[in-house]
Amino acid sequence: MSVFLQQVVNGISLGSTYAVFAMGCTLIFGVLNIVNMAQGAFFMGGAYFGLEAARLGLPAPLALLVALVGGGVLGVLAELVIFRTLRVRGGHRWMGLVASLALARMMVGIAQEIFGTQVQRYPASTLLDTAWDIDGVRIQLLQIVILVVSIVLMALLALTLQRSSTGRAIRTVAYSEDVARIVGVPVGRTILTTFFLAGGLAGAAGMLLGNLFNVVSPFMGEQMLVKGLTVIILGGLGNVPGAVAGGFLLGLVEVFSVAYVSSSFRDAIGFGLIFLILLVKPTGLFSRFEERRA
Amino acid sequence: MTDGELKVWQIAKHFQGIVAVDSVSFCAKAGHVTGLIGPNGSGKTTTMNMITGLYPIDAGRIMLDDENLTGVEPHRIAALGVARTFQNIRLLADQTVLANVMLGTHRSHRKGLPSVFARLPGVAAEERAAQARCRTLLEELRIDRLADSAAGDLSYGDRRRVEIARALASQPRLLLLDEPAAGMNHAEKGRLGDLILQIRQSGITVLLIEHDIDLVSKVCDHIVVLNFGREIAEGTPAEIRQSPAVIEAYLGREDA
Repeated sequence: MSVFLQQVVNGISLGSTYAVFAMGCTLIFGVLNIVNMAQGAFFMGGAYFGLEAARLGLPAPLALLVALVGGGVLGVLAELVIFRTLRVRGGHRWMGLVASLALARMMVGIAQEIFGTQVQRYPASTLLDTAWDIDGVRIQLLQIVILVVSIVLMALLALTLQRSSTGRAIRTVAYSEDVARIVGVPVGRTILTTFFLAGGLAGAAGMLLGNLFNVVSPFMGEQMLVKGLTVIILGGLGNVPGAVAGGFLLGLVEVFSVAYVSSSFRDAIGFGLIFLILLVKPTGLFSRFEERRA
Repeated sequence: MTDGELKVWQIAKHFQGIVAVDSVSFCAKAGHVTGLIGPNGSGKTTTMNMITGLYPIDAGRIMLDDENLTGVEPHRIAALGVARTFQNIRLLADQTVLANVMLGTHRSHRKGLPSVFARLPGVAAEERAAQARCRTLLEELRIDRLADSAAGDLSYGDRRRVEIARALASQPRLLLLDEPAAGMNHAEKGRLGDLILQIRQSGITVLLIEHDIDLVSKVCDHIVVLNFGREIAEGTPAEIRQSPAVIEAYLGREDA
């Protein structure tokens, strides 16, 4: 029983970082309908921003803010340099895919050059070292903090999308850029804001996951991108609550397959399950937006 | 400054060498309904797209009262008080009628991202006020009973009304209607005509693109006729009906 509970705790904290990352992905891929392969690189970038901030002695909340803003700025740069340029020149969306893939590879290369290929770790802190043992279940302070931070980020995003004029603007642009323009929405600025939010979520997720495993490497973004894509398809494209639920689900499935089957089967089982779900329900578990887009 | 008089001077638009609008000039008088008519492909919708800034204009000048709209971004033109509907209705089908109409209030919302987090109660109050305004608007358009229905479930005529409500929600000086009667039955057209006159009564300038000659004659103070991207006639509905150039454009030359 304690093994089971332990996996629930681990799965939830892992899943919460997936959920934060996937929310950013669903904003770009689902809501804006832009294929951005550099989303994983923003995740990696955020982990390094947070790491450097922590090494400079910044307290954890400020380091997280650095990761978030850093990731957001990377998102904004990608939109300005790649996606906007291609849109203005009438480029096909495949060009955006390839260009953002190139950006991701460049960022990995730059990170290797600056930080080396060696795995890096966060400096020791009470956050990383505090843990409790409750009936054989080990709960780290870090896990609780990560869960709380993730929930706060989810709530802030939900609030932004549902309650602010920015959120209304994003939803209107998602529906039709022309309608957005004629009701007075500055479309270019709204897309830029969405990239900032999505990059920020990726950056924050990078720091959270980097802390959870205490591993930061230039290559951490690539498998994360695949997970993010999987989660948003699972949750229904463009569906933010779906991305959150999908993130937790993937986290739990991964952790359980490691505990009960074998770590080498982790991806096979995780992705196998997702494959099964999609065969049964091709529009994702919580599809709603899908029909609207069509 | 709140009059809403539209002046268009010699505006032109080409698409890869094809002339869509070639030097069109007219004036939509403040508080009047001006009709923009002409055969298919005569440049009516292109003209409307230039006025709202959706198409960059190649030549000419557009003014709303004393403000220049030439080369201004669409969202700024909207903010100056220009609203429109589309020929093919564009509503968020799975959202409620009220939510669709609320989109129109976008430019009057001053609550951006930072202030949302700074003081939430203010946002909620503003949102409620905007909702109340939109519900009143739906009552005036007699579609308040549909406020909470999904826009996609509505009849064609009602969807048109919702689009007009969304445009009015922005409290415009100038309202552009692109073929609002298309696909409507006779009774619906009659109600649409009354609605346009009701909008005129409230002091909003209306520019109407329409094919239905009865509707145009009923509501328009003044009509501008386009053909092949050029203005071929201008006048009151009675004058237009007798204009040889208009009859020729619509029916063809007798000896042709």
